[in-house]
Amino acid sequence: MDVQTESVNAFVRKHKNQKKALIAILQDIQAEYKYLPREALQQVSRSLGVPLIDVIGVATFYRAFSLKPRGRHVITVCLGTACHVRGGPKILEEFERRLGIAAGDTTGDGIFTLETVACLGCCAIGPVVVIDGDYHAQTSIRKAEAIIKQYMNK
Amino acid sequence: MKAPAKLKTLKDLEQTIAAQKRQRATDERPVVTVSAGTCGRARGSLKVLDALNASLRKAKLDKKVNIRVTGCHGFCEAEPNLIIHPGGLFYQKVDPKHAEGIVVETIKNKKTIKSLLYKDPITGKSAAKEKTISFYKKQKRIVLGDNALIDPTRIDDYLAIGGYGTLAKVLSKMPPDKVIAEVKTSGLRGRGGAGFPTGLKWELARKQKAEPKSIICNADEGDPGAYMDRSLLEGNPHRVLEGMMIGAFAIGASEGVVFVRDEYPLAVKHVTMAIEALRERGLLGKNILGTGFDFDLQIAKGAGAFVCGEETAMIASIEGYVGEPRQRPPYPAEKGLNGKPTVINNVETWGTVPLILAKGGAWFAKIGTESSKGTKIFALVGKINNTGLVEVPMGTTLREVIYEIGGGIPGGKKFKAVQTGGPSGGCLPTSKLDLPIDYESLTAAGSIMGSGGMIVMDDKTCMVDLAKYFLNFLRDESCGKCISCREGTQRMYEIVTRIAEGKGKPDDIELLEELAQACKDASMCGLGQTAANPVLSTLRYFRKEFEAHIKEKRCPAGVCKSLIRYAVLPDKCTGCLSCKKACPNDCIHGTLREVHLIDQEKCIKCGACYEACRFEAVETQRDEAIVIMEGAR
Repeated sequence: MDVQTESVNAFVRKHKNQKKALIAILQDIQAEYKYLPREALQQVSRSLGVPLIDVIGVATFYRAFSLKPRGRHVITVCLGTACHVRGGPKILEEFERRLGIAAGDTTGDGIFTLETVACLGCCAIGPVVVIDGDYHAQTSIRKAEAIIKQYMNK
Repeated sequence: MKAPAKLKTLKDLEQTIAAQKRQRATDERPVVTVSAGTCGRARGSLKVLDALNASLRKAKLDKKVNIRVTGCHGFCEAEPNLIIHPGGLFYQKVDPKHAEGIVVETIKNKKTIKSLLYKDPITGKSAAKEKTISFYKKQKRIVLGDNALIDPTRIDDYLAIGGYGTLAKVLSKMPPDKVIAEVKTSGLRGRGGAGFPTGLKWELARKQKAEPKSIICNADEGDPGAYMDRSLLEGNPHRVLEGMMIGAFAIGASEGVVFVRDEYPLAVKHVTMAIEALRERGLLGKNILGTGFDFDLQIAKGAGAFVCGEETAMIASIEGYVGEPRQRPPYPAEKGLNGKPTVINNVETWGTVPLILAKGGAWFAKIGTESSKGTKIFALVGKINNTGLVEVPMGTTLREVIYEIGGGIPGGKKFKAVQTGGPSGGCLPTSKLDLPIDYESLTAAGSIMGSGGMIVMDDKTCMVDLAKYFLNFLRDESCGKCISCREGTQRMYEIVTRIAEGKGKPDDIELLEELAQACKDASMCGLGQTAANPVLSTLRYFRKEFEAHIKEKRCPAGVCKSLIRYAVLPDKCTGCLSCKKACPNDCIHGTLREVHLIDQEKCIKCGACYEACRFEAVETQRDEAIVIMEGAR
């Protein structure tokens, strides 16, 4: 990933070079690159004057951050309690099977990243699968294939 | 568009509220409210909105009807839904193709479209209005009810229902001590889980000398299965902010932070807009309304760590650190954000505050039970007919919530348990259905109130699997600071996993109980101290089910994969091919109108055939192979 020092610095400046804004800065960087590139973390460390180990510490502690590049589409399967009792884990397995990857990984062609989330708070319409921010309500094992096809060529 | 004038005095605010109220009262157009919270949108409410607007234009009625896009109306099962005023007609599960009919039949000809009405799952009768729908009848929606009256993106809508009027009253007539006294009288306790008396917390912070003091709104709703805070922030953000401003005034705080989950994009958006609107009107900053009250608000977005719901971890996260809790005392009310006194309350608590100050603490204290006052919002989800957000007075029984409001269990299945309190809570069985819901009774029964998740389970839910689910969640979310929690949740997960796989040992239950106790005793924060609750409560009420897994290698609910197999029942199979088509592994044999057969060697137990069958011809059976193996030993 070609990381522009200037764009990282712009995020740091946006948060007024404040150390306490570290998480917000990393969120902005991830929104831009879809993950946290190594160079960006190094740059944040230099600009903020926070030791790199602390930046990495924060980046690895929080679930929302990814240190690996993510695919063009991010499939998030909700595994909240309500989705769990309605079959969420089976749907996750089906996605894992069809994409040939485990949750947390990205397909070799870089099209899909498969992730899980502990709860999206849309329990009534579970099991829920979110793709690039679009909510798919009441999904089932059978709908997995159609969902993948729908995004494959997008 | 011209920026609205800044409100400089209390009188300015009061006049603006009066003007907005007047405008709403004199607007005689019919109002169609479209429920468009996250769930509604996921089910297509914005498409319904577009179709309605198009149909209104076509009928040349677009100037004569007021379309109000609101947050969630709480009845998630019936999404997308519309409420049409005057009259309060409630249409459920509306599709864009219904739009034209609604405009022509209902709005123009004042006729009810019967097919869009809610049908009671128990009596089978239709109900035309919100008030007559069983889901709403028993509720007392004093906190959540306003969601249906306002467009959350417009501050004017909130003003039109008297919003910020309570703030004006407080700033003009009530000294901070009186505000705190009123909250203490109300008996309000924290709605986030622990149930600490809100007034006491405020008083403690008020007494501190250090400045600047802060307040935080905990909108890091991490409990899986609870979403009332999301709904309130999405649907009525100003209500929460008004509560925060009143609280800030009472304790003398000049800074406020809304700590909100990033997994809730619509809530983030609406609360951001609400803060901008306040700033635009001059309701944030120095010397607000000329009263000398200084206060400002900002947003901090969570980065996905359940432990950040714990107040000291949340403060660490807002300060840009890893979200690890620290030892208390000192409590945040003494030393919190940036080392200064800080009051943290959750969304629902803040959202209740304006109501208490408007109507009085004594009024609020009349609702509920001796120790738990007011109403509580529950997220009624899982295997239940009427899924949704339910607001009831404390003391309502589980049975009333599940059967009278929730409409019972779908598909005629049997109630097995209800899980309350999220990962720190527990599972309560049928024998506890008549338990009145309050903080103490739930704790005594081995669960907790928590933030109000209520996940209903039928006999197809395995309690071992559920305990495994929560332990997996907790071992993942444990921050790792205390060994008892970090290793305890991991070991408990491993033990329950082996029980679920039919590899449990005879003394595993005792070992679990011992570990659970250690985790409870030796962990520092609430996460670790309560991490064993899901295990302990399932063991307490469903011990036989654990024993069946360990001794008989049997999963009575037919869930644990290693102990079951899928089979086709010859007398029920119609040979329709649905299961064969659904099977991702091509392991179902059979042709059209011929009984199908599952190749057990190839079957990966994904459950696709079970899901696909419309004749209940696929069932889960005890996996005999394991029993035979056991017998041979």
